[in-house]
Amino acid sequence: MDFTFAPEYVALRKMFREFAEEEVRPLAKTIDREHRVPHETLKKGAKIGLLGVPFPTKYGGMGAGETGYCIMMEEFGRVCTSTITNIGAHIGIGAMAIYLDGTEAQKNKYLTPLASGEKIAAFALTEPNAGSDAAAIRTRAVREGDSYFLDGSKIYITNGPIADIVSVFAVTDPSLGARGGVTAFIVETNWEGFKVGTLENKMGIRGSSTSELIFDNLRVPQENILGQTGLGFITAMKTLDLGRVSLGAGCLGGAQAALEAAMQWAKARNQFGASIAAKQSIQWMVADIACEIEALRSLVYRTAWMADSGQPFSREAAMCKLYGSEVASRTINKALQIHGSLGYSRDHPIERAWRDARISEIFEGTNEIQRTVIASELFKEIGVRVRS
Amino acid sequence: MDFALTEEQQMFRDMFRSFAQKEIAKVAEHADKTEQVPPELLSKAAEQGMLGALVPDNFGGAALDPISYALLMEEIGRACLSTAVVVACHTSLVTQAVLDFGSDAQKKYWLPMLASGQSIGAFALTEPDAGSDTHSLATRARRTDDGNVLNGVKTWVTNAGIAGVFLVVASSDPRANGRGLSAFLVEKDTPGLKVGQRDLTLGLRGASVHTVYLDNVHVPEANRLGAEGDGQAMVEHVLAHYRLALAAAGLGLGAAAVEAGVKFAAERIQFGGPIANKQAIQNYIADSSAQVEALRYLVYHTAWQAEQGSHLASGAMYAKLFAAQATRFVTDKMVQVHGGYGYIEDYPIARLYRNARSLDLLGGTGELMRVGIAINLFKSQQLEISP
Repeated sequence: MDFTFAPEYVALRKMFREFAEEEVRPLAKTIDREHRVPHETLKKGAKIGLLGVPFPTKYGGMGAGETGYCIMMEEFGRVCTSTITNIGAHIGIGAMAIYLDGTEAQKNKYLTPLASGEKIAAFALTEPNAGSDAAAIRTRAVREGDSYFLDGSKIYITNGPIADIVSVFAVTDPSLGARGGVTAFIVETNWEGFKVGTLENKMGIRGSSTSELIFDNLRVPQENILGQTGLGFITAMKTLDLGRVSLGAGCLGGAQAALEAAMQWAKARNQFGASIAAKQSIQWMVADIACEIEALRSLVYRTAWMADSGQPFSREAAMCKLYGSEVASRTINKALQIHGSLGYSRDHPIERAWRDARISEIFEGTNEIQRTVIASELFKEIGVRVRS
Repeated sequence: MDFALTEEQQMFRDMFRSFAQKEIAKVAEHADKTEQVPPELLSKAAEQGMLGALVPDNFGGAALDPISYALLMEEIGRACLSTAVVVACHTSLVTQAVLDFGSDAQKKYWLPMLASGQSIGAFALTEPDAGSDTHSLATRARRTDDGNVLNGVKTWVTNAGIAGVFLVVASSDPRANGRGLSAFLVEKDTPGLKVGQRDLTLGLRGASVHTVYLDNVHVPEANRLGAEGDGQAMVEHVLAHYRLALAAAGLGLGAAAVEAGVKFAAERIQFGGPIANKQAIQNYIADSSAQVEALRYLVYHTAWQAEQGSHLASGAMYAKLFAAQATRFVTDKMVQVHGGYGYIEDYPIARLYRNARSLDLLGGTGELMRVGIAINLFKSQQLEISP
C-alpha cells in the first residue's frame, strides 16, 4: 500500500490549481450570470492540454489516466462547477466513449481533435421519457445501404449548443431493446438534419450550456458506428462508469473549497464577543464536513487507481458518484449555514456553490439509480438477481 | 383535546386558500424572476384585509385569532414564500410592535395605515456586525430636545424597497454595553434615511431586502415606540411572532412541495410504469409527508398556545427550527423525485427548494434557535447559560 501521489501527479495538480485560480476563479461569477464559459478560457486550457488529460499521448492527450483526470476535476471543482461540467461532458463522457470503443481510424479522426481541444464533444443518451430508464430511448436509427438515418430528440445534453462531435445513442432494432437493440454513433454537428433545440434555464451550473438536440432524418455513414451494432448500451454504461469517478472528484473539490471558505469566515466573524469558530455548533459542522471529505477523497482516488490498473470498478464508480454528490451537497449546505445570511446572498460564492452542487445528485444517473447499481452488484455476489 | 378548527377558522382557511391560489400562486414565478412581489398583488391582499390581519376592527383590521393568522400564513406560503415573508414582516414584526408597544395616539395614527396597506412596514434590526448577537448593535440613538437622532447602517432590511415606515432598533445607551435598546418608527421620507443597495438572494427573490443607511435621522419623540430601553423586550416579542409566522408559511411551502412531488411521481413513467411504484420514491414521499404533518400540528399548537396567552418565545423557536429542517428535507427530496426536471426553473420545485433554504437563516439562524431552546431548558435546572 502506498497512498502518496507520484511526483508527476503532484506537478500536474500544481499546474491545474494555478490555471484554475488564475484563469477560472476570477470568471466564475460571470460564468454563472452570463450562462457561458468563455470560449477563450477553454482555448487557453486546451493549449496546456486540459481538454485531453486522461487520453494517451498518441491521440494528443496528456496521458494522465483517470487519476490525472480526477486531479483536474478536483482542482477545477474548487472554483467553478459550470466549468467542470463542460469539461466533464467533453472529456469524461463525450470523447471517452470514442476512446473506449472507437476504432483506430475513428480515434485518429475524432479523438485527436477532441483531446487537443480543437473540437468539443457531447454525449447524447437522455430523452424526455428515458432518464433513469435509459433503455427506454426512442431515437431511431434506420439503415439504408451503407448509411443510417437518425430521427428523434435528446434532452439535457451538456455542451449541446457548443459541441462539434456528439456520441449519440439510438435504437437500431426495437425488437431487441437495450441489450442488442441500441447502437452508438459518432455524429458531427454540422451535418444536415442536426439541430440544437431549447436551452434549459437551470437552478445552478448555469454556465454550462444544456440543451435539447433534434435529429431530423440525419444521415450517418456506417463507418461512424461506435463499437458494435447493437452494443451501444454497453458503450454507454462503460463510459458513464468512468464519468462517475471523475464526478466524485469534482464534488470533492467543491466540498473542500466550501470547508476552507467556511473556516476562514468562522475565524473572521465575531458574535457574542468572540470568533464563531469558538462555538461548538460551528466546530461540529466543520468536523463533520472534514470527515466526509477525507472519506470521499480516499474513495475517489482508490477507484481511479482501480480504473487505471485495469480492475473492475463499476460498483465503486457508482459509490463515487453517490457519496460524492451527497457529501458535496451536505457539506456545502453546512458551509452556507456557517456563513449565515451572507451565504444566502448572490454576491457570495457559497450561494453559487449551493445551487451548483444539487445537480450532482441528479445527473449522470440519479442517486437512486446508483443505489440500484450498487445493490444489484452486491446481491449478484450472493447469487441474487435484483432489478430496478 | 380538540384538534378541529372552528367553523370560523375553516371559513377563513377556505377564503385564504382561494385567494392565495387564485391571485398569489399565479404570480409566484414572476415575483421570483422579476425579484419583486407585484404592488397590485399587495393592494388586492390589502382589500381582503390580509395586511391588517392582527389589527382590531375599529382600526380597520381583520382581528384574526392566532390560529387563523397561522392559517393565513400557511396559505400564502403554499402559494409564494416571498409574498409570505413580505406579509409576515409587515404584520408580525412591525404591526405587532405597534399593537403591543404603541401608545393610544400611535395606534390611532399607524394601525389604520398599516392595516389598509397604505404604509408597508419594514424591520431594521440586523447590522453588518450584529446578526444573531443583538447586544452588539452599533446604531446609535442620541437624545435631543424633541426626540432622537439616529446614526448607523442596517443590513438585510426586509421590505425596505416598498416600505412606508421602518421600525428601527438602536442603542440609546451605549454605556449599557449594547443593552439599552430603543425602537423608533421612521417614515420613509425622513431626511437622512437612505435605502441602499438591493441584496440579491438565493431564493425569496420577491422579498425586497436592502441595506439601509441612517445619517443623522431626526426622529420626533412621538415616533419612539415604547419607552427608552424597551427595545430588547420588543425585539424578542415581535421576533417570536415572526418566527411562528415563518413556520406557518414554511408549513404551506412544505405541503405544496409534497403535493408537487406526488403529482409528478404519479405522472412520470420510467421502467414501464409511474415512478410512484418505486419504493425509493414512496419512501421520499412518505418521509416528507410525515415531516409536513408534524410541522402542521407544531405550528397550530404553538398558535393555540399564543391564543391561550402563553409566552410564545420558546414555542416559536421550536416551530421555526423544525420548519427550517422539515422544509429543507422535504424540498430536497421532492427535487430528487423530479429528477432532472427538478433542477430546471420551469418547474416550481426548484424555486421552493431555493426558498426553503432561507428559513434556517431568517428571523434568527437555526443555531440561535437551538441556543435559545437550550437556555430555556437549562433554566429548569437553575443553570444559566449564554450563547
